[in-house]
Amino acid sequence: MICSRLTSACLPSLCLRSLWLDHAAIRSPWLLPRDASAHGLALDHHLLLNLWIALALLALAHLILLIGLLARRHSEPTQLWRIEYLPLAALALLFAALTLKAERLWASSRYTGASPTALQVEVTGVQFAWYFRYPGPDATFGLTNPSLVAPGEGNPLGLSSTDPHSADDFVSSQLVLPANREVDLRLRAQDVIHGFSIPEMRLKQNAVPGQTIHLHFTPTTPGTYAILCTQLCGLGHYRMNATLLILPPDQFATWLAAKQKAAP
Amino acid sequence: MTPPFNTPPAQPHPASSTSPRLRAALFSTDHRVIGIQYLVLALIAVVIGTLLSLLMRIHLVWPDWPLPLHGPILPEDYLALVTIHGTIMLFFVLTTAPQAGFGNLILPAQIGARSMAFPALNAASFWLTAAALLILLSSTFVPGGAAISGWTAYPPLSAVASSGPGQALGMDLWLTSIALFAIASTASSINTLTTILRNRCHGMTWERLPLTVWGWFTAALLSIIAFSVLLAAILLLFCDRHAGTSFFLPTGDLVNGILHQGGNGSPLLWLHLFWFFGHPEVYIAILPGMGLTSMLLANFSHRRVFAYRTMITTTLLIGLLGILLWGHHMFVAGLNPFASSAFSISTMAIALPAAAKVLSWLATIWRSRPSYKTPMLFALGFVSLFLTGGLTGPILAQPILDEYLHNTFFVVAHFHLIMAMAGIFGLYAATYYWFPLLTATSQHPGRLLSEPLGHLHFWCTLLGAYAVFLPMHLTGLAGEPRHYGQLTGIPGPGGSLSPAGALLSHTLPLNRFITYAAIFLATAQLIFLFNLARSLRKGKIASSNPWQATTLEWHPSMNPFPPLPASDTPEISVHRAPCHYQPCHYQSNKVEVSFLPQWAPIPFEQDEIEDVTDTKPE
Repeated sequence: MICSRLTSACLPSLCLRSLWLDHAAIRSPWLLPRDASAHGLALDHHLLLNLWIALALLALAHLILLIGLLARRHSEPTQLWRIEYLPLAALALLFAALTLKAERLWASSRYTGASPTALQVEVTGVQFAWYFRYPGPDATFGLTNPSLVAPGEGNPLGLSSTDPHSADDFVSSQLVLPANREVDLRLRAQDVIHGFSIPEMRLKQNAVPGQTIHLHFTPTTPGTYAILCTQLCGLGHYRMNATLLILPPDQFATWLAAKQKAAP
Repeated sequence: MTPPFNTPPAQPHPASSTSPRLRAALFSTDHRVIGIQYLVLALIAVVIGTLLSLLMRIHLVWPDWPLPLHGPILPEDYLALVTIHGTIMLFFVLTTAPQAGFGNLILPAQIGARSMAFPALNAASFWLTAAALLILLSSTFVPGGAAISGWTAYPPLSAVASSGPGQALGMDLWLTSIALFAIASTASSINTLTTILRNRCHGMTWERLPLTVWGWFTAALLSIIAFSVLLAAILLLFCDRHAGTSFFLPTGDLVNGILHQGGNGSPLLWLHLFWFFGHPEVYIAILPGMGLTSMLLANFSHRRVFAYRTMITTTLLIGLLGILLWGHHMFVAGLNPFASSAFSISTMAIALPAAAKVLSWLATIWRSRPSYKTPMLFALGFVSLFLTGGLTGPILAQPILDEYLHNTFFVVAHFHLIMAMAGIFGLYAATYYWFPLLTATSQHPGRLLSEPLGHLHFWCTLLGAYAVFLPMHLTGLAGEPRHYGQLTGIPGPGGSLSPAGALLSHTLPLNRFITYAAIFLATAQLIFLFNLARSLRKGKIASSNPWQATTLEWHPSMNPFPPLPASDTPEISVHRAPCHYQPCHYQSNKVEVSFLPQWAPIPFEQDEIEDVTDTKPE
């Protein structure tokens, strides 16, 4: 803990952070987009730590290179352990520490699933759109059948009308979520591999046909965010995007109720 | 495929001197002629690949610009540009030129062999490669156009003809081309391995092999392992496309209204097979360059290579680890997260042998006051770009960070710096360094490329490389994804700018700068082409060993070429490891340096000998 506090204090990362947290509207084109998720802060810290370390190593190596080229000629170095094995050991320790830190973050977001109280939403990638299905009051997703898919008839996911669970399911073209509640996404793809990505939620996961992949996160800041496709999926790849709308919990409840009422 | 403008007459024995020159050059089994053929093929490929990348860059910032004779660049055109650019550069430039091109030209001479082990197989490999390139390029002209699924060709996009333009005949041609390339590359690698194993001259022990040879050796080993897997994967994909199998297609897959009801395959299988090839592939591209850089830094510093044995070990270690970490391309692909952790650790591990190499390079040139000839400049540029590109590797190796950076321009910047730019700098270093050997014929000695032009070319290229690829890290951090043909004009509800449009348009100013820099970088390469064309006829005549090199390819009987018939050439023996310079310890800046090539039998005075490999001459 002391160590991580030290690194945050030593590095100018914090002041950079405040730059894009507070001035999102006029943020510089080459910084991270603002983070609006619960897990994003730790990720950003770790990313910036890594970037600063890489930059420092880069500068150091180039400095050694330049001094080595410019300094007076001297007999060649012979102490293998000092200039090869010692720096290697130091690098090994550094990379091990970074890996360990990264693994802890990775484990906390991916090793376990969402809590049972998390909001369930199904995300389906189709050339070239994202569909978001909510399970309705019964909290159970109805069965889908690819042979029933008929986007023209308002059934883009092929919901089976014979399954009672599907009666209250409703499909949205916009992902609407409440702030500060964990979300459990079921990621699917209908045709080819798509990449589900919300940069401002620090979230990315491929949707693979034939697989259902769970992804969980907690959005924190209300607002609208971009959902992109980041896995090349065909000619409409660049315009396969959607909007994530984070609402305060009470507004979300109103939205959900209205949608459930409208559901067939 | 017309032979090179400077293809030397290939007359391995007097009987063939009666055949027409063209015929002899085309069907030659002489490894030097084949090497030059490979290099010319790579030159054609790199020119096409560069022009395609310029079109991509221009389209990205001026999307409405109509391509002459074609019209506006449509989304599928952009993706075809991406796919063909990647495929051409990776296979036909970065794999072909260092491994097959310079490997054929220089490798036999460097180990004191008179020829490659299987000359006819060698020629067959080249013609298969040429056919593969021709088939790849021809796919642009078929109905539906060239494949648009990127050089990774992930199914089901690549497995189902109905999934979009280029996925029918265009994809079949892409697969055919890569399958032929895989066969050619495997054959060529078997040839390289056998040559190194069987044809070394007397005294050329493993520890005396130049590091370039170690690079070729390891890359050949990787090629055989990796390309065979790729070939198998391509055959499976072909079966999925045409024989009704479903290795990569899950049941119930619905593409463009057509339902797939076959067996229960998985696209992840393709990702595993492809990246089991795809990751070693980048080491195949870079290892020969790493070996050459080690040798050049030592040569122009008049120093031995620091920690020669460690360099051999790290080359092999990089090869070994290189085939164990394919999964780091799949952190967000739907793997078990525990598998991602394992791949993360193996990827971090490869940073250590790579770092060991950098440390050894830095130590080799440390306070050496090297001579800054153009090959040395490009070797130093290789070190710089390798560092800059390499240092972002450990960042991408952490799955939690890859979750944000995957498939953004941060990754594009990373692999272009380390593989494309460092790889190209290795190729330039090789061309400037070995140009006398490339141009020497039995009629006249070799020529040198112009030094002033070389210096100008180097500085423009280094500046351009950094100007293009450093800012890409920033657009990647800002969230710009790869494979996006358009960054603006994505309307949201009510005609307003959608959140995606707002996010992506932030990178536009920087993207404009990158495009200008890319045009500058490409234009700077004209200096090289001009230098090449001029020096072929008017270049300074080189002495038989212009760089005071210690490796065997500069042995007088290896140069001029083609060499004398085997019966007339003196037997070559090797007496020591490469890179022996005298004196080893310098007192001032103005020491007259003498060098001791591997073939020279006269040893230094006993107290000045410092054989780095500690091996006794046989």
